[in-house]
Amino acid sequence: MRTAVNSKPRPRPVRFRGRSYMAFALAPELPVADWLADIDGALGRSPGFFAGRPAVLDLAGLTLAPTEIAAMIKELEARGIRIMGLEGGDAAVLGSELPPLLTSGRGVATSESAPEPAPDPAPEPAPVTRPSRPTAQTGSLTVDMPVRSGQTIYHPHGDIIVLGAVSSGAEVVAGGSIHIYGALRGRAMAGANGDRRARIFCRKIEAELLAISGYYRTVDDLDVSLRNRPIQAWLDGETMLIAALD
Amino acid sequence: MANVVVVTSGKGGVGKTTTTAALGTALAQTGQTVAVVDFDVGLRNLDLVLGAERRVVYDLINVVQGAAKLQQALIRDKRIETLWLLPASQTRDKDALTDEGVARVIDELRQRFDWVLCDSPAGIERGAQLAMRHADAAVIVTNPEVSSVRDSDRIIGLLDAKTERAERGERIAKHILVTRFDPARAARGEMLGIADILEILSLPLLGIIPESQEVLRASNLGTPVVLSDPASAPARAYTEAARRLEGEDVEIVIPAEKRGLFTKLFGRRAA
Repeated sequence: MRTAVNSKPRPRPVRFRGRSYMAFALAPELPVADWLADIDGALGRSPGFFAGRPAVLDLAGLTLAPTEIAAMIKELEARGIRIMGLEGGDAAVLGSELPPLLTSGRGVATSESAPEPAPDPAPEPAPVTRPSRPTAQTGSLTVDMPVRSGQTIYHPHGDIIVLGAVSSGAEVVAGGSIHIYGALRGRAMAGANGDRRARIFCRKIEAELLAISGYYRTVDDLDVSLRNRPIQAWLDGETMLIAALD
Repeated sequence: MANVVVVTSGKGGVGKTTTTAALGTALAQTGQTVAVVDFDVGLRNLDLVLGAERRVVYDLINVVQGAAKLQQALIRDKRIETLWLLPASQTRDKDALTDEGVARVIDELRQRFDWVLCDSPAGIERGAQLAMRHADAAVIVTNPEVSSVRDSDRIIGLLDAKTERAERGERIAKHILVTRFDPARAARGEMLGIADILEILSLPLLGIIPESQEVLRASNLGTPVVLSDPASAPARAYTEAARRLEGEDVEIVIPAEKRGLFTKLFGRRAA
């Protein structure tokens, strides 16, 4: 393993991140020609409505042949609506030429349920509306009990502070930094939305996995001298650095 | 009004049923009325451990579904007259339990007994969740091994989320009971020490039951270990654990481990 052939000792880590996006889900109605005419009508009232917005075709309740779906996608593209994925169809029936099948989509409130007579220019997509504490959206989240195996603490818009331990099999995911005033035995993922300045701090490192902005390291990569010590982890370019705090 | 206690663990085979029987017996020996309820529908064992397997007529499912009265299904122990068993059904599965039915049975038991001990099935699914649903306190049975401790940790998370008390924003009292503890193997580092377990689970300790042939023999005879050999180490450990469950402050001695560790432990109990 340690027979480094070239000058770079550490292989470049593969980078991957989870992200969610908002897309319009279009549910065609039969007959398709009439439905397309309705779309044309809507676009007539508000021409830029779909400009630059991803859309998904919701096929639930329809039985269309792949060729019919392909034709419909062409028609929509001609109107400036680009279909990035399908929903509610049967993966076995849909061929590989069609956009990929998406699952587990959730409805969100949008301020514009239909292209009404235009508020010009077309407004930005409405943010996901969440009724919960508005301060928690951007501020830090404090967890004053241990995070147990199987639990996930997810706070996409700020730091997470855990006063207890994070158990093996537990997961803490933050948009910002993660501070753990106990042992970290599970996974910690900071900068989950791509913030490369995010850091991870903990009082005792026994972690299964550390990740910052998609770059990750497992405990097997960890220097033995660091085990069970207080550490911080941060990104230097594309390398995650881990150093003792004491 | 009764104290409803769930005996749970996540992992199977760690000693939930043995513990339910032993704690129930020890509590009943003090003259308090105790009902032990077997929630392991389809894999019932508590009747065997209590030596009541030939006296089961009606079971928990019958009562939950309203086919029998609670009175008819409860079996009184022949040795200790304040101890009662509500057996599980062996021929049904956990889907036969309904939320409302279980709530009604627990409520009825609460009116009649000082203690209700629910023997949870292994796992984290519906059966285990129904057993913990109405509990006021939990005894988490753990063996000194990493897999058992991690599963216990998972169950503790569920106790803080899926119980009726948790949903009302309250906490339920949680205690760790370490079973099958072998001091020699722990000293050699072949199993986790008590301090390691408590550090990971960060909950107070109810007791340490040493690994013993006596426990196995007692289970096979259908007599809880506190009755079959009251002077044995596991019997004394269970009796003391029962007293701690009642809120009494009984010193915990780690079987044949160094004194230093014991002091550490005691400091931890306050946490």
